[in-house]
Amino acid sequence: MEVIAQGGGPLFMETDADKARKFFRLKKRSLVNKLMPLQEAVAQFVHDGDYLGIGGFGANRTPTAACHEIVRQGRKNLIFCGHTSTHDYQILAAGEAFNRCDIAYIIGMEIRGLSPNARRYSESGKVQFCEWTNYALALRLKAAAMGVSYLPGRNVLGTDTFKRSAAKAARCPFSGKLYCLYPALWPDVSVIHVHEADIYGNARFKGISICDLELARASKRLIITCERLIHNEEIRRDPSATLIPYFLADAVCEVPYGAYPGNMVGEYFSDEDHLKLWMESEKDPERFKKFLDTYIYGVKDFVGYLDLCGGMKRMTQLRAEEYMFEQPS
Amino acid sequence: MADYNAMELMICIAARELEDGATVGVGTGAPCAAAMLSQKTCSPNLLIMFEAGGVAPLLPEMPISVGDSRTTWKAVMASGMCEIMETACRGMLDYTFLGGAQIDMYGNLNSTRVGDNHQKPKVRLPGSGGANDFASFAWRMMVMTPQDTKRFVERCSFVTTPGWIKGGDSRAKCGLPLEAGPYKIITNMAVMDFEPESKRMRIISINHGYSEKDIQDNCGFELLKAPKIVETPPPTAEELRILREEVDPLKLIIGR
Repeated sequence: MEVIAQGGGPLFMETDADKARKFFRLKKRSLVNKLMPLQEAVAQFVHDGDYLGIGGFGANRTPTAACHEIVRQGRKNLIFCGHTSTHDYQILAAGEAFNRCDIAYIIGMEIRGLSPNARRYSESGKVQFCEWTNYALALRLKAAAMGVSYLPGRNVLGTDTFKRSAAKAARCPFSGKLYCLYPALWPDVSVIHVHEADIYGNARFKGISICDLELARASKRLIITCERLIHNEEIRRDPSATLIPYFLADAVCEVPYGAYPGNMVGEYFSDEDHLKLWMESEKDPERFKKFLDTYIYGVKDFVGYLDLCGGMKRMTQLRAEEYMFEQPS
Repeated sequence: MADYNAMELMICIAARELEDGATVGVGTGAPCAAAMLSQKTCSPNLLIMFEAGGVAPLLPEMPISVGDSRTTWKAVMASGMCEIMETACRGMLDYTFLGGAQIDMYGNLNSTRVGDNHQKPKVRLPGSGGANDFASFAWRMMVMTPQDTKRFVERCSFVTTPGWIKGGDSRAKCGLPLEAGPYKIITNMAVMDFEPESKRMRIISINHGYSEKDIQDNCGFELLKAPKIVETPPPTAEELRILREEVDPLKLIIGR
């Protein structure tokens, strides 16, 4: 295939499908109990320097609890997959946990504006960037999930996004048209938050899948955090509901409200007041340091964070908000 | 001046561009408001898609995020990003609305950085998100933006999202899908389209209260003029009522 152009951005990961196959050949397939506390899962499976993928979209079904734990345990020099990221990027940037980043969407909090601290960190020169788009990164993960070293797409061509990516443009051997080729991306480790999982890692969630089906399959190691555990018999009663099979998962952690202050479809809506507090606190670095000392470093685990944010009383309000129920004042 | 603000004006103009039965890929904010208004006025069967996976929701209120639970409220499908983008690339996405910090005369958009140092940018912005993808695939890409010389620039510091690239047939030569591209640019002052040969931005209609000179003075490049320039029909009382009472009662978008 004739390569016409290539982006000058850094390629952070290997793209050899046979090397990936060697890894997956040895990945354990046994049906064993993988239930463990989140602290242990992060300690065991997220290492300094790893390439990290985070599931969900923006602050929706995002494994916030795991992001906190990664920061609390002081992980450094990660390579972050900045795919549809908002609050996850904000948390990891607060901990300066990554120094390289594949970007599709970062810093922004969608309609809420830009995160001041995430922006400062991203403008500091401490982070090496490679530019992509949401679909380009989705295709990279899809290629990895398929076990092939690249996939073609018809986006990104003709732009500076291409020039700062590590994609290549090549002529299609069939039609003669130009395509953008995206290298496969096998993250070292990913965390995906779901509604329900069993102790083996069979997992299911409601609502949009975003890129999580691809992410789960592309990742070498996978931590599942779930709102609630269910019995394996329940999984077997309705196999059509399973979206992630157990042999992809390395750890299962039950973390109720694990996507707070984000939105968990059918469970609870986002806590906009608390997300605002993050953004407000970030404006002044000194104030933000105190904020982090209180809300992340000053608590033992995510339950401590939830308690600081209003505990069950607040969670109950957010559950009603999810369904737009009238609430007693 | 009539009793509406610039955002309300742009949303009302944009809503009329979406015909019944068309598909539109939107983000949160003004694009979503335009699609909702369109559904409640001229296009009840407008099919709204969100890049995160929501297909044809009956939006109960303004979503905060492209992936929040409102985007699948009474939807026909909760899918994923590949499903949406594959649908768009296949040729089934008619419209998309995008924005950016900068736009040039060919409708190329910048939402990545200001300044030239990429690893240590003067201002770092979110990046493409799904904008480049939607702009590459949608048959007609539209932009809603306030107009001034900071946004309408001779050269974007970074082209995140493709417009007509360098004009003429340069977009097709890059390999982007044929015949798709920027369609209309809706600002507080005017509506622009693109001259068919050169693909340069040109004024086609002027919003009430503005002159050709105002529009050119607030643009950092020379605008072409359509053979016949009309006055943009202002928002109707009914459009404004629906926008204020049903689409955005909390004034999340129009209140700004």
